[in-house]
Amino acid sequence: MRPLVLALLTAALAPAATLIQNATLVTVSHGTLEKASLLIEGGKIAALGPDVTAPAGATVIDASDHYVLPGIVDCHSHLAADSINESSVAVSSMVSMEDVLNPEDISIYRALAGGVTTANILHGSANPIGGRCTVIKMRWGRDAERLLFQGAKPGIKFALGENPKRGSKPVHPGSRQGVNDVIREAFLRAKAYQAAWKDYDAARQAGRRALPPRRDLQLEALAEVLEGKRLVHAHCYRADEILALIRLADEIGFKIRTLQHVLEGYKVADEIAAHGAGASTFSDWWGYKVEAYDAIPYNAALMTRRGILVSINSDSDEEIRHLNQEAAKTIKWGGLSEDEALALVTLNPAKQLMIDDRVGSLDVGKDADLAIWDGPPLSVYSKVLTTFVDGEIFFDRELDRQRRIELTLEKQKLLEELEGKKPSAEKEPAR
Amino acid sequence: MMRPIALLVMGTLAASAQTILIRNATVHTLAGEAPLEGASVLIDNGKITGVGRGLRAPKGAEIIEAKGKHLYPGMFDAFSVLGLAEIGAVDVTRDVSEKGDFNPQLEAVIGVNPESEHLAVARANGITHAVTAMTGGVMAGQAGVIHLDGWTWEEMAIERGGPLFVEWPAIRVYSLSPGQSADSKRPTTFKAAKEKYDKEVAEIVAWLDGARQYAKAKQAGLKPGEVDRKLEALLPYLAGERPLLVHADREREIRDAVAFTEEQGLKMILLGGEDAAKAKDLLAEKSIPVILGPTQSLPPREDDAYDAVYAQPGELAAAGVKFAFATFTASDSRTLPYEAAAAIPFGLPKDEALKAITRYPAEILGLGDRLGTIEEGKIANLILTDGDPLEITTQIEGLFIQGKAVSTDNKQRRLYEKYRARP
Repeated sequence: MRPLVLALLTAALAPAATLIQNATLVTVSHGTLEKASLLIEGGKIAALGPDVTAPAGATVIDASDHYVLPGIVDCHSHLAADSINESSVAVSSMVSMEDVLNPEDISIYRALAGGVTTANILHGSANPIGGRCTVIKMRWGRDAERLLFQGAKPGIKFALGENPKRGSKPVHPGSRQGVNDVIREAFLRAKAYQAAWKDYDAARQAGRRALPPRRDLQLEALAEVLEGKRLVHAHCYRADEILALIRLADEIGFKIRTLQHVLEGYKVADEIAAHGAGASTFSDWWGYKVEAYDAIPYNAALMTRRGILVSINSDSDEEIRHLNQEAAKTIKWGGLSEDEALALVTLNPAKQLMIDDRVGSLDVGKDADLAIWDGPPLSVYSKVLTTFVDGEIFFDRELDRQRRIELTLEKQKLLEELEGKKPSAEKEPAR
Repeated sequence: MMRPIALLVMGTLAASAQTILIRNATVHTLAGEAPLEGASVLIDNGKITGVGRGLRAPKGAEIIEAKGKHLYPGMFDAFSVLGLAEIGAVDVTRDVSEKGDFNPQLEAVIGVNPESEHLAVARANGITHAVTAMTGGVMAGQAGVIHLDGWTWEEMAIERGGPLFVEWPAIRVYSLSPGQSADSKRPTTFKAAKEKYDKEVAEIVAWLDGARQYAKAKQAGLKPGEVDRKLEALLPYLAGERPLLVHADREREIRDAVAFTEEQGLKMILLGGEDAAKAKDLLAEKSIPVILGPTQSLPPREDDAYDAVYAQPGELAAAGVKFAFATFTASDSRTLPYEAAAAIPFGLPKDEALKAITRYPAEILGLGDRLGTIEEGKIANLILTDGDPLEITTQIEGLFIQGKAVSTDNKQRRLYEKYRARP
């Protein structure tokens, strides 16, 4: 680490207070403020508006001609996950993504460079009921525990359609009806499990002796769903399977928090709205499998107009880097307003994950998770300059460029050392 | 969002006018001059027959009033599987590769399905023509160049036997997981990987040498039973009449492929080129054009700069390398303008980005006299927009292919309108 970079790092990473001034603040929650400033203190947004000034000792960033957008929230990602699918069972609710997070995944850093600060890390779609999901903040380079979004409700992945029914294993399920059946069966067992604990607790309270039920980690997660303590994120494509899951949930008595992908959501939008589920979809992917053949880029806009809380997600370490552009596509295909489009990747996914009291918009008291853009965030010509998580800089384009030079020099030095040690005959051409 | 102009353009479908005057538009000719304000373009019998201010409509011509609109050349996806692939996960709907490694006799274009939904979806975002190609093996077949409209693949074909797709071998050293054992397909040492590579290159040489022998034998006269269609197919490429589309990504392979094609006297277009910027001086010196893989891709190596792929087109342009953008897909062909736009914040001049999805691909493919700009004599593949076609929020309001107004309607819009109207 060179002295200059070190100085910049220590100055920028953890100041007492930071003032971003003369910026266009795209709050998402209450419009866009021109020539305004935003004060970060203690990792939170302390103030914002036209007359906010820097307290003594604050770092001041001049952002004239620049835009500040809340950190982008991705409601569907597998980034930082060392492993995605536990596919050996139809119900894998005993496993958790929290156990396999890799905080050094370079995709975290690349997502930061796209202005993303929070993501919902999901289990794969191999099973009707998959593993437990977890929400992370992009605190790249910290340990796995520091990645976790403290206070965010835990989730669980469900999956319908082609993914859970395919596969060579000669086991249940092999049809959409079978997938629905597996979920029903699991919840019936979970209810019995819940009842057994209830009986036990009642017996204990009455002073009777009783044996506690055997703890079942698979059913425990489903009991939490029944109690509203764990959010269901259900991977789905076709209208029929979406409707069947909604009816099953209504009957059993649990809520689907978000329908994921939900590419035919526009066909059953009223039913989704009536259940109260959110929808987290792609901007314009289609045609990659049969159940994606009726996907339309108007899906997000149409569902929004029918009263559903909608977000645009990435499900991809590449797509996550330009979710701002994916949001812009809903203006083109379906006519959403700019504010509505931006909410699809900020405030709406925060609401879906029930963390909108902390992130998703520029409001006083929220976490200082935000990015400075060099132009309007919905334009293809704009890029991120600096990204903050909890008021700390985790990506900065200028710092990045300096580090590149150092990395190149370090590589060169290592190569020279290596070449010096090797007999020339065994030299391999540079890759 | 159906705007009046779009309705007008759709209205012309029924009339199928041979002569159309698009007037009062801002015409971005991309032929070198600044955009022409308040200008008109006259189309007759599929071709552009006039560009400029004060053009009069001939008698009986369809007039399209385009005040406040922008007219651009239609966008050219320089590498796709449009018309050849319908549903990614369903093999039987895909005609993109054939069994065997050497199939230079195959013509991609005869597998183009004019009813493919992907064509109409791509059109709706301003793509009017594309390279459509088979891949896989070593010599996968002859890529075609197609209009994204036509009753048959024959009507759609701009060029039937286009460039030959060649998968350049790669030196790849595999690291095996526990339990896996090394085999000839997955070498685990550099030495073994290099041997495999040399063998694969030698096989390409053998095919080319075989074709040269065949050419000699042909000159001496062949009996009907002695025709070899694979070797026969290689002759126009050996003669330098048609280029090879050489797919290579790493610097070492790019440099090898350039040296190889030069030595063999072949015309080369580099395809993919993830590391093209590392060989930019060589590519510029040898005038090797590049059809780049999607800009919205992850950097190939973990320690690459986060913006390595975004920045590469700007570096190539600065070095004087001619290149075009491409999507390599069918379903994402409509995102072509954004593959170009993604390079602009990282150093590519805006007008270069636009040319790299219109004019440059036409020039690279030897079609520069027929497509790519708005000039007299060129095929009338045009788009009418309400603004900058690289910005996502811009709407395509009119589309012309071979001088005919083609609807921007498609299955997706129809589903939207249907379900939007659900009571």
